[in-house]
Amino acid sequence: MSWVKNTFSSSVGRKFAMALSALFLMIFLLQHFTINFISVLSKDTFNEISHFMGTNALVQFVLQPVLIFAVVYHFVMGFVLEIKNRNAREVKYAMNKGSANSTWFSRNMIVSGAVVLAFLGLHFYDFWIPEINVKYVQGDMSGLLADGSFRYYEELVHKFVDPVRVGIYVVAFVLLSMHLLHGFASAFQSMGARHAKYTPAIKKLGNIYAIAIPAGFIFIALFHHLTSH
Amino acid sequence: MTKLDSKIPEGPLAEKWTKHKNNIRLVNPANKRLIDVIVVGTGLAGGSASATLAELGYNVKAFCYQDSPRRAHSIAAQGGINAAKNYQGDGDSIYRLFYDTVKGGDYRSREANVYRLAEVSTNIIDQCVAQGVPFARDYGGLLDNRSFGGVQVSRTFYAKGQTGQQLLLGCYSAMSRQIGKGKIKMYNRHEMLDLVIVNGKARGIIARNLVTGEIERHSAHAVVIASGGYGNVFFLSTNAMGSNVSASWKVHKKGAFFANPCFTQIHPTCIPQHGDQQSKLTLMSESLRNDGRIWVPKKKEDAEAIRAGKLDPTKIAEEDRDYYLERRYPSFGNLVPRDVASRAAKERCDAGYGVGTNETGEAVFLDFSSAIMRYGQEEANVKGLHDASQEQIRQMGEQVVEKKYGNLFQMYEKITADNPYKTPMKIYPAVHYTMGGVWVDYNLMTTIPGCYAIGEANFSDHGANRLGASALMQGLADGYFVLPYTIGDYLADDIRTGPIPTDTPEFDEAEKAVKDRIDFFVNNKGSKSVDHFHKRLGKVMWNKVGMARNEKGLKEAIEEIKEIREEFWKDVKVPGSPDGINQELEKAGRVADFLELGELFARDALLRNESCGGHFREEYSTEDGEAMRDDANFTYVSAWEYKGEPSEAVLHKEPLVYENIELKTRSYK
Amino acid sequence: MSANKGLNLTLKVWRQKSQKEKGQMETYQVSDISPDSSFLEMMDILNEQLIEEGKEPVAFDHDCREGICGSCSMYINGEAHGPGREITTCQLHMREFKNGDTIYIEPWRAKAFPVIKDLVVDRSAFDRIMAAGGFISVNTSGNTQDANAIPIEKANADKAFDAATCIGCGACVASCKNASAMLFVSAKVSQFALLPQGRVEAKERVRNMVKVMDEEGFGNCSNTGACEVECPKGISIENIARMNREYLNATLKGE
Ligand SMILES: Cc1cc2nc3c(=O)[nH]c(=O)nc-3n(C[C@H](O)[C@H](O)[C@H](O)COP(=O)(O)OP(=O)(O)OC[C@H]3O[C@@H](n4cnc5c(N)ncnc54)[C@H](O)[C@@H]3O)c2cc1C
Ligand code: HEM
Ligand code: FES
Repeated sequence: MSWVKNTFSSSVGRKFAMALSALFLMIFLLQHFTINFISVLSKDTFNEISHFMGTNALVQFVLQPVLIFAVVYHFVMGFVLEIKNRNAREVKYAMNKGSANSTWFSRNMIVSGAVVLAFLGLHFYDFWIPEINVKYVQGDMSGLLADGSFRYYEELVHKFVDPVRVGIYVVAFVLLSMHLLHGFASAFQSMGARHAKYTPAIKKLGNIYAIAIPAGFIFIALFHHLTSH
Repeated sequence: MTKLDSKIPEGPLAEKWTKHKNNIRLVNPANKRLIDVIVVGTGLAGGSASATLAELGYNVKAFCYQDSPRRAHSIAAQGGINAAKNYQGDGDSIYRLFYDTVKGGDYRSREANVYRLAEVSTNIIDQCVAQGVPFARDYGGLLDNRSFGGVQVSRTFYAKGQTGQQLLLGCYSAMSRQIGKGKIKMYNRHEMLDLVIVNGKARGIIARNLVTGEIERHSAHAVVIASGGYGNVFFLSTNAMGSNVSASWKVHKKGAFFANPCFTQIHPTCIPQHGDQQSKLTLMSESLRNDGRIWVPKKKEDAEAIRAGKLDPTKIAEEDRDYYLERRYPSFGNLVPRDVASRAAKERCDAGYGVGTNETGEAVFLDFSSAIMRYGQEEANVKGLHDASQEQIRQMGEQVVEKKYGNLFQMYEKITADNPYKTPMKIYPAVHYTMGGVWVDYNLMTTIPGCYAIGEANFSDHGANRLGASALMQGLADGYFVLPYTIGDYLADDIRTGPIPTDTPEFDEAEKAVKDRIDFFVNNKGSKSVDHFHKRLGKVMWNKVGMARNEKGLKEAIEEIKEIREEFWKDVKVPGSPDGINQELEKAGRVADFLELGELFARDALLRNESCGGHFREEYSTEDGEAMRDDANFTYVSAWEYKGEPSEAVLHKEPLVYENIELKTRSYK
Repeated sequence: MSANKGLNLTLKVWRQKSQKEKGQMETYQVSDISPDSSFLEMMDILNEQLIEEGKEPVAFDHDCREGICGSCSMYINGEAHGPGREITTCQLHMREFKNGDTIYIEPWRAKAFPVIKDLVVDRSAFDRIMAAGGFISVNTSGNTQDANAIPIEKANADKAFDAATCIGCGACVASCKNASAMLFVSAKVSQFALLPQGRVEAKERVRNMVKVMDEEGFGNCSNTGACEVECPKGISIENIARMNREYLNATLKGE
């Protein structure tokens, strides 16, 4: 299997792996958004889907580890590449005009990525750790509250009461949007998917995705924040 | 006195090369590994030679002064490369290419060499395509051709306006492959500063590592000079800043004869000088003359007003314009050969009709307005727009012209900030190519055994004037297909020689001479920069040894160049140290050699009492200013032997024998 | 040609004696520069001035001075080859600047391109990448098949040509925030990948060239696109996508 090692330790291979992990994250994000958005429409449907996702073996034992791997790989490799890339230029320019030839987003993926990472930390702390705790430490797979109703919706809404948390949430998603404004189309380029006809469409789709999804998450947060009182 | 032996094989013209190849000695592959060859230069000639020699099995050491072989000046050639492929079925053939080249060269080249060149020209295209050179193609996927000045067929292969680049990158790729295999050892940023001769044979060179400043000894069984042309003796030319005569001059000083130094091509369509701060001139492809009309005002007042920036040339009425080429040469018009077009421009400017707004006033117009309107009208007809306005026609015409010459127009605008679609271009002739160079025999060997010269560096196959798109052909022919064969004949004697040692008195002596000269430069307490002398030399060359020469001027030039040279050696100032990059030191060495060559150049021109090709002597012209060749007395190659001062150089004549072509006067009337 | 008066300028130029020594920015004044002069002619004038003052002139690479050899390589006011698009330093003219401007002039900066003096860098890493696979393995015997034996679709021939116009100047590396050489390498990979003659050893070529590129210490590509904007020949990052494709095809699929 030395070819695997060779390929994924090469510059192009790493780009490819980075893009693959990112693609997985983007699909996950879409899925995550869809489910969260249902919380705005219907409490019950949201609860049912959440319970299904939280207890389904495929999701829990296949997709979830893959997701974790993708997230970890993506940010670890993000940092690795950043360090390597910085080392490729030891002496910096006294005068550099990056804005003349590229977007701020594209040059600062590590900044937007790091903010998203910080948020992910918080997010894990908020949702994922309690989930794991309830389900696998305490062994309560029922997904029910003491009163017999599903707990998912309540927990979700509860998190958006605090305006500070909502603020953090908004900032993180604005940066995610920036991350994706470059990242979406970039991932296709990294994988070599480029075509005179389709690339402009991918770029457009990328912009829509990069703005709509984070905006959607922000909307959900604000919605619950404003309606929960 | 050495007798010149051109070693032209016996037999009918068309069979000479094949027969010669069959008869010369070969070196077997196992023995080639025991033989080293030095190639100085990595342009089309040197690059192709290095690659092929390495493929054959020789150990090649290649040198160039740039930081990579890919930057040799061949990269700048725009127009194209000729080959007698007859893909267009327009009646081209090896004979016709041969004939056109000899005639274009005004009957001052060797028949046998030119025929061989035409013969191998077809292989070049096959070879380059196999190497991945992206020549222009038509919609059927086959190779496209264009036609060039002075010929009646379409035989020029091209890659947009970057043919030289693509061909050179082809050589560079082929070299890279051998560098990767270790068969070529590449010495970038190295300048050859002397040739080393051992027992009468070329056995090595002394080179300066331009990064560390170290003086290095390199030995080999043969040395190939492929260092390009010497147009920079004029200071301003279309050559690269670093193009120089030094490598050729060094071998000349060691015994190689220098042939026809005065044969220089002055290209008619270059962007005029903008002022004294100018460092080099830029060529605009000859293809522009297909559609551009050349003119100056008929009235001197108009010319003066334009020069003063007070008159817009587009405001000058048709009847007040002098389309002097069309007037003088009705049958060829704007498409006369380069030498004729250049002289005619100079004549008008000297007479006071020049339109340059720069300090020199030297420029003529190259006007596309008629072509724009003509093409526009055609477009309008094709589109069925019968009542299109003048403005619409103009716009459509501009689009057509943009498709044909867009990149050139853009280049012009970048340099001059003038929009050539709206106002006529200004052009003026500039030094472009040197037909003269190191004398070689049919095997491309100089008069020093084991020392070869190829490409623009040799005195070449172009006689007194080179046709467009032939230099690239010659460089690659020499390097890919001629030298690799002929060198074997010489090297067959060296299979038992073993490596040439460098710790011998010959190397000691050559190295000492090089070091002494460098020490002189860096220690000289002079007051003027190298460029100061180079510019002065250039002025003399341009004014007195340029497009039109006469006895008085040439004699003055010889004296003046000598004076500049003497002053140079007293007063040149080279800052910095010799250990490490020192670009002033590099220039000093090159200009020192130009100062010697310049004088020989003028002497050669003085001696040649005729006008032929690029060499025009005012005394030898008809009443209406046309060139007068003197075949009875000058059908020879002048080959100069070094004897110390340029004034002491000894002339040897190689008579040119025409058995297959009848000598005729070139007329373009 | 504009008849403006000469320009007076302040230049901040990187000076470094050799690869081993440290360098620093130095400030110089030049005056009465003709707006019609090229940038390098302005540098010539600065150098004449320095020589006159008994100082060492600024070393910089240049040769053809018409935008094709790829020698010239200055980072001017924060951009490779200065302001202006699809030009090299030698094609930049002083009319782009205003009287009184301050101009920063630095060498290409990349670990793989060490500075060897002032503005001169060592770009031989590019040559080594080329030696790893930047060719088609045919001998130059001339005994190949006829040039027209294989027709090539014009669209591909044109694309191959566009990729092949790379002048190897290194502006892509200099502009890239990661000092990545992918535009350069991909241009060569693409030229050959698009031609039937080059397809034969396409897999090996891309593997070998990428390998050496990585070993030379260039950074990775982040797809910012700065390289294609600053490239004097306008070479598109479409080529990088093609190289990625070629590479993945060569390594993941294998033979
Ligand atoms: C602007 C321009 C456009 C042209 N257009 C065309 C055209 O369209 N068609 C055509 O057929 N011809 C054209 N020509 C002419 C043609 O390009 C040249 O004649 C030809 O390329 C010369 O090739 P070469 O290999 O002999 O030398 P060059 O390409 O000049 O190479 C010289 C080599 O020698 C090296 N060198 C020189 N001196 C030394 C030294 N002392 N030590 C070590 N190395 C040294 C250099 O580094 C370089 O590698 C054009 C020329 C110019 C200037
Ligand atoms: C939901 C979370 C995330 C999504 C959807 C996402 C998406 C993307 C995408 C699509 C790309 C482009 C890939 C490519 O160019 O091939 C990308 C690149 C990048 N991401 Fe993320 N990302 C996320 C989180 C993160 C995090 C947490 C980091 C942490 C550091 C990060 C750092 C980076 C970096 C540095 C790059 C640029 C890599 C390069 O140089 O090409 N990302 N991301
Ligand atoms: S000097 Fe040749 S590209 Fe600028």
